[in-house]
Amino acid sequence: MAVVTVTQPGQRRAPKAAKTSSVFKKVVMAVSGIILVLYLIAHMIGNLKVFAGRESFNGYSHWIRTIGEPAVPAQTTLTIIRIVLLAAVIAHIWAAIALWRQAKRARPNGYVTKKAVAQSYASRTMRWGGVIVGLFVVYHILDLTMGVANPEGPGTTPYDRLVAGFSNPLITAVYVIALILLGMHLRHGIWSATQTLGQSNKRRERTVNLFALVFSVVLIGGFLLVPFSVLFGLVG
Amino acid sequence: MTATREGATFASGTATDPAMAPHNMTLTLRIWRQRGPADKGRMVTYQVEDISPDMSFLEMLDVLNEKLILAGDDPVVFDHDCREGICGSCGLMINGTAHGRGTSGGPTTTCQLHMRKFKDGDTIDIEPWRATAFPVIKDLSVDRSALDRIIQSGGYISAPTGTAPEAHSILVPKKDSDAAFDAATCIGCGACVAACPNASSMLFTAAKVSHLGLLPQGQPERNERVVNMVAQQDREGFGGCTNIGECSAACPKGISMENISRLNHDLLGALRAGARPKS
Ligand code: HEM
Ligand code: SF4
Ligand code: FES
Repeated sequence: MAVVTVTQPGQRRAPKAAKTSSVFKKVVMAVSGIILVLYLIAHMIGNLKVFAGRESFNGYSHWIRTIGEPAVPAQTTLTIIRIVLLAAVIAHIWAAIALWRQAKRARPNGYVTKKAVAQSYASRTMRWGGVIVGLFVVYHILDLTMGVANPEGPGTTPYDRLVAGFSNPLITAVYVIALILLGMHLRHGIWSATQTLGQSNKRRERTVNLFALVFSVVLIGGFLLVPFSVLFGLVG
Repeated sequence: MTATREGATFASGTATDPAMAPHNMTLTLRIWRQRGPADKGRMVTYQVEDISPDMSFLEMLDVLNEKLILAGDDPVVFDHDCREGICGSCGLMINGTAHGRGTSGGPTTTCQLHMRKFKDGDTIDIEPWRATAFPVIKDLSVDRSALDRIIQSGGYISAPTGTAPEAHSILVPKKDSDAAFDAATCIGCGACVAACPNASSMLFTAAKVSHLGLLPQGQPERNERVVNMVAQQDREGFGGCTNIGECSAACPKGISMENISRLNHDLLGALRAGARPKS
């Protein structure tokens, strides 16, 4: 019986080489992720103004839009923040899709049986979890920034939109699920970014992972305080 | 043939050797059979009897192959050489984990996995490493020369030939030599690629980069080494690393994730210093 035991060079299906270095994609992912995380820290702390009352919260929203006035025109600072965030989100999603496609090309046909030995749930849900968080961000902007997807509608104050939204258990549930997914995304993301930027080693590994966990829990916990307080009538 | 087999069954199944009887196993194997690189391949079910718990996984496959040869069938092709966990030839996906890591309870190569880790009546799925960069040659045997080409692209040092230099003429800090030796234990088996959800060869390449980059002798080529080896692994069609850690968990030599961080650190430094991969 003819038995083929050697792959001839001609038989090797030349894999489509990645156009950009896989590590470059990861660096883009890490740096854009860090920018987004810095924004999230500020955002979470800003949200806590809800507990200082309607005036304080609406005043904060007004302040963001007037920073630097009259030296610069209205909304200058906010516009700069929005451009940086948009650039970071686009870069992050570009890198994610590029790595996703590279992984698909690297193993087009999967195993019949495959089991994870070490993979965490967080690392397993980076891709689809990231997509869901991304869709959530779009909904979130339509809801609380623009008001078009909010029960109170546009043209109302940020505080009223927030209270109206979270009084609805369904809307609160959407936020809770998205935030928990975001927390897992950051748990693996912070560890991964540390590796990607070459800042981890055996001694630091435990600390980095512990930091990523504590940071994610504190950040997401801080975000969750607001919808839960409205839902349970502590803020109204 | 029939007589010997009946004799064997008699010997292990009756009072002749009562101690052996309950231990030997009958197993159902579901094995990936693929005639050649162009064949589509499929899982085929086989039965093996009288498997001793002291056998290695490869010896169990030898028993199956003897049976197949006697029956006039094509034996299952699988890679192996030293059978003592040092050459890196063997490598099978066993019940969905590389080298059977999910069953072994500790780092192992397929040849060092023993049948005592399985139970009588078990069904075992056996597949080849799956990656575009590791095309199947036949059945469970894959072409791993992509890893050799990564080594060729930068896994070397330049050293003057001639008489052996005085061993103490270049001092190496203990910490560095230990880390370099840990990285040097990589046997190039490819389990890291097989286990990785992205089919990335990052752990392998990182082990090679660390092994030479930590030692004084590896310094002259340090920057070009890392940029060229990373470029070569991308060219071979491996996936990109997303730091999941399945590689290190599956690695028979326990190569750690810190090597990947070190590779990234070296790469960023090399790129900043102007090193570019040769095309
Ligand atoms: C559509 C939206 C998103 C997608 C598709 C996405 C996808 C991904 C993917 C695939 C990774 C790499 C995972 C890995 O290393 O295994 C990642 C990493 C990361 N993501 Fe996202 N993500 C999204 C949104 C976000 C958001 C909203 C944030 C923060 C607010 C974020 C922060 C991070 C950080 C910090 C990392 C770590 C960087 C690194 O891996 O080195 N991501 N993301
Ligand atoms: S790093 Fe470990 S799993 Fe990967 S090739 Fe080397 S020995 Fe095998
Ligand atoms: S046959 Fe050499 S390591 Fe398994």
